[in-house]
Amino acid sequence: MARVLLRVPTSAEKGAVIEMRALIQHVMETGYRPNAEGVVQPRDIIWKFTCRYDGEVVFNATLSPAIAANPFIAFTTIATQSGLITFTWEGDNGFAQTETRHITVT
Amino acid sequence: MKRILFALLACCSVAGAEERRSGLLDMRPEAQAMQRDDSMNPGMLWVLEGEALWGRKPTTAGQSCADCHGDAPGSMRGVAARYPAFDAARGTAIDLAGRIIQCREARQAGTPLARESQELLALTSFVAHQSRGLPITPPEDAGMRATREVGQRLYMTRMGQIDLSCAQCHDDHAGRRLAGSIIPQGHPTGYPIYRLEWQAMGSLQRRLRGCITGVRAEPFAYGSAEFIAIEAYLMERARGMVLETPAIRP
Repeated sequence: MARVLLRVPTSAEKGAVIEMRALIQHVMETGYRPNAEGVVQPRDIIWKFTCRYDGEVVFNATLSPAIAANPFIAFTTIATQSGLITFTWEGDNGFAQTETRHITVT
Repeated sequence: MKRILFALLACCSVAGAEERRSGLLDMRPEAQAMQRDDSMNPGMLWVLEGEALWGRKPTTAGQSCADCHGDAPGSMRGVAARYPAFDAARGTAIDLAGRIIQCREARQAGTPLARESQELLALTSFVAHQSRGLPITPPEDAGMRATREVGQRLYMTRMGQIDLSCAQCHDDHAGRRLAGSIIPQGHPTGYPIYRLEWQAMGSLQRRLRGCITGVRAEPFAYGSAEFIAIEAYLMERARGMVLETPAIRP
């Protein structure tokens, strides 16, 4: 399991714009870099990030080898109702991680 | 005119000697913001990892760090601000990472941690993070004084094909530019650091290696007496400055 730093508001007013920040530990190996022995290291990146709010996709991103290690993604959405916010990262070598946070909307 | 210029120069050199600044202030605002906000600082990922390792037994036979040291925020507060320290049992100076390696071998019955391994960097970051905001206070004992003198000599020694000493850049030309980059004063206030160039966490010794290979000299080995001496001198040079671990650097 990769370490994750998430900043998600625990509560918000209905209709408010909320900012979410997601930072995940990942090498994002490009697939173009030779190692110390001169052998090109195979690609190992996260290629997809998805955020679902109560099951509905509110943000997604396709990541490329040009993105730095430990990708940080910040985005906003509108607080509609209380529920679960799910963050999913998918990548090479079967990398898959999901984190969930609850938000209370009043 | 000449006299005015001379007076100006004198002013500048006095200000330069008094005003020590962390490399943090030499970075662009975006990178500074990244360090100041824990939710954006990738170094915090290593701190989190270290926190998990702190409570975990490395082997079934050994103890976890927490079994002896308890809660890190209490027991490890200020520790990183005092390292490197003199190890009376071995009769040499030891750095923080070296102390963690020693603990792992002697008391935790665990496999030794390799220098610059993710596990060691995580534990060192976690321990050093407990001293964030505290002033650097190197110990005053005779052993450390001798070590610092060796470190200072190395700092002043010209090295490599380019024939430069640390002091020539970081004392004489700090604040000016080397190619496009500002030369920092070289205060070790935030180690281990997350260096954007590395895209990972690394120790002060890794950073020193970068400079030493940069002047085309053969770097010292990780954990060598020379590196620890330089580290001890740099900490003395930064005495009273505030620790920032985990720092971001370009």
